[in-house]
Amino acid sequence: MRRRHFLTLSAATLGGVLVYSLDRKVSLLASTQKPIRIPLRFFTETEALIVAAAASRIFPSDDSGPGAREAGVAIYIDRQLAASYGRDRYRYTQPPFEDAPPELGYQAKETPRQIYREGLKALKGLHLLPPAEQDTALRQMESSVLFALLRQNTIEGMFCDPMHGGNAGMVGWQLVGFPGPRMNNYDDVEKHYGEAFRPKPASLNQVTGKKIRPSEDES
Amino acid sequence: MKTLPAVDAVIIGGGWAGLLMAKELGSRTALSIVVLERGVPRQTSDYTDAMDELDYAIRLRMMQDLSEETVTLRHNNSQRALPLRQHGSFLPGAGVGGSGEHWNAQCPRFLPDCFELLSRITEKYGAKSLPEDHSIRDWGITYDELEPYYARTEKLLGVSGKAGNLNGKQIDGGNIFEGWRSEEYPTPPTKLPYFSALFRDAATSLGYHPYSAPSATISQSYTNPDGISRGACTYCGFCGRFGCMVGAKAQPTNLLLPIIQKRKNIVLRTGGWVRRILFDSGTNSKARGVTYIDASGEEIFQPASLVFLSSWTFNNTRLLLLSGIGKPYDPATGDGTVGSNLTHQVATPAATVFFEQPLNRFMGSGSAGILMSDFDGDVFDHGRLGFLRGGVLTARGYGFQPIANFGVVPQSVKAKWGSEWKKAAISYYDRTGVVSFTGEHLAYKGNCMDLDPTYKDKLGDPLLRLTLDWQDNERKMSDFATPKAVEIARAMGAKEITPSSGLRRYDATRYQSTHVQGGTIMGNSPAHSVVNPYLQHWQLPNLFILGASTFPQNSSANPTPTVLAFVYRTADAIVGRYLKSPGPLA
Repeated sequence: MRRRHFLTLSAATLGGVLVYSLDRKVSLLASTQKPIRIPLRFFTETEALIVAAAASRIFPSDDSGPGAREAGVAIYIDRQLAASYGRDRYRYTQPPFEDAPPELGYQAKETPRQIYREGLKALKGLHLLPPAEQDTALRQMESSVLFALLRQNTIEGMFCDPMHGGNAGMVGWQLVGFPGPRMNNYDDVEKHYGEAFRPKPASLNQVTGKKIRPSEDES
Repeated sequence: MKTLPAVDAVIIGGGWAGLLMAKELGSRTALSIVVLERGVPRQTSDYTDAMDELDYAIRLRMMQDLSEETVTLRHNNSQRALPLRQHGSFLPGAGVGGSGEHWNAQCPRFLPDCFELLSRITEKYGAKSLPEDHSIRDWGITYDELEPYYARTEKLLGVSGKAGNLNGKQIDGGNIFEGWRSEEYPTPPTKLPYFSALFRDAATSLGYHPYSAPSATISQSYTNPDGISRGACTYCGFCGRFGCMVGAKAQPTNLLLPIIQKRKNIVLRTGGWVRRILFDSGTNSKARGVTYIDASGEEIFQPASLVFLSSWTFNNTRLLLLSGIGKPYDPATGDGTVGSNLTHQVATPAATVFFEQPLNRFMGSGSAGILMSDFDGDVFDHGRLGFLRGGVLTARGYGFQPIANFGVVPQSVKAKWGSEWKKAAISYYDRTGVVSFTGEHLAYKGNCMDLDPTYKDKLGDPLLRLTLDWQDNERKMSDFATPKAVEIARAMGAKEITPSSGLRRYDATRYQSTHVQGGTIMGNSPAHSVVNPYLQHWQLPNLFILGASTFPQNSSANPTPTVLAFVYRTADAIVGRYLKSPGPLA
């Protein structure tokens, strides 16, 4: 069995008062609170820190609003990699593996887990660098399969339903004015032509009043 | 191998086509019917918990499990085909209801001349206008013969829309280019999301003829002739890739399954993976039944007097090839029929449009929106254009969700990540729409299907191999449509526009549509077709093949209503004629 790894987060490292998702419980992490330790399902602590650093450069926290750090993107990616997506449960993985023109899609044998585990070795120490140097390191790997996954998984972690561990406090949805799974827009769809209509976001669990089990929690 | 007691009919595949046939035969006769669906059970009430973009629209939970079986693809026959290892340009569904559960419910009819395409093109433009390597064919049926079955299909689904041609009388506001219809749509048009309304006004101002998209996600409550009631769409936007949580979308689980479940003569078995259709050849040739692997892994023989193959385009073709039924098509000689006439559909983001004002794109429906057929089929003159046929420009009112739609920015934004990109992507997130072009894909000799020599499914059976690429006709058609879309986008008040970059090689990674046709086509002669226009196999008269695999080529329109119209027509022929006197219907 693998040694249990935790991602330790403090309000100080995250910059102030933040909402953070801890195993689907939303915690308010104030600057006065002690750090929280989030159990990791796939990454080692170092890997999680590198992924968190990379995701924060792809989707930074800046004057246009919160980013990957506040949304919990690294936690989201950790859970996805531990589950069916990470091990390519639904991909056709029979050999032979051949090079193909790009129009035939990803053809290699490596699963997302393997791509992350191998690829992150080249980003050793990323989390210890200043942001400008992190950007340089990421720019050098922009054409890699790992970077494409990091970018895609970061967007997923920003905007997924919070039950998946990302989009904590629905910060991603608030950034773009998405209300979540809003069941009924019948009276509104033709009413707000040309003006922003921004209902308060609600997650699937809030909308249904049930605790929905995300696919990554299934065996 | 275990042999089960014989039944009157076995139906392979529990999607739209298979379940409609089961409902028709099972309600109108006392035939004993077994439906074999290899996927999981589903019901409409499952879907309230499924409004989750990640699991459903991104991880594609309702689609076929490609780890078990996929298809291989090559662009031409000098290449080695490779497996499509993840979903991309099309999304075949799995489970009860099949792709009919996760469809967008767009419900147009085909243009009348689609059914006589070879004759009509030859008459008007001469045989010389046809691409050298085409395999365009007439279907062996006319629109007029099919019209009553289209009307029946629209009543089954409760389709919302406005007629543009009622018994030959042109009606403004409907699609004035459509084929005649005997009746108005069962329900009025859906509500319009803002982006679609902008397109309607702009297209009208330019003298075009926009109309409300025919929609099987209905505008108001409706009870169909089978007594099934559904409520109105709530424009939640969770349609394509999802099942409809309020049941406003027509899907097999709300329209067909409740009737099937009440009939004691119909049994629906899930988890049954059909491997072969067994048959007797010779003078009294006929299908004997099917072999399948059940959910526990046991191999079963299910004998049946009638066999219906309705397992979507790919497996309809593959099961005939695996079973050795009919002669495989050889593109080099043109001999054989099984696997010919593979077509997909031209689908381009003709103009990606960026606006000053917000669009509230989270509200919508997969089939609400505005279409425009001024450049469809042959409704415009092709004299000097250098291509045949055309397509529909659309401003769909899909509900946008953020994982799939975040990050679409104008070409002036060069960054793909980081602060600059993030700012632009947030700013444009709800100010972006796409005017799409959906066009016909002609049939060519070289676009076809056979069994792959290398790659196997989970049971060791060969995968289906697609040989498929675009030709000049599709490229020119798409290039013709793009400036038209840009013109309309300008009139919509666009701030910036990104025109489509056009079609190059067939790209299996970009979603186009789940409208894949051919492989077991219908026609008037067994020399060039697998089934007659009653969808009856030419050599095995008790084998019927249902679905778009029987279409000689595609149309710009979505295929489902046409698939269902043909199922109704075949069911009528079986109940009215075949059961009284089994044998060839044509």
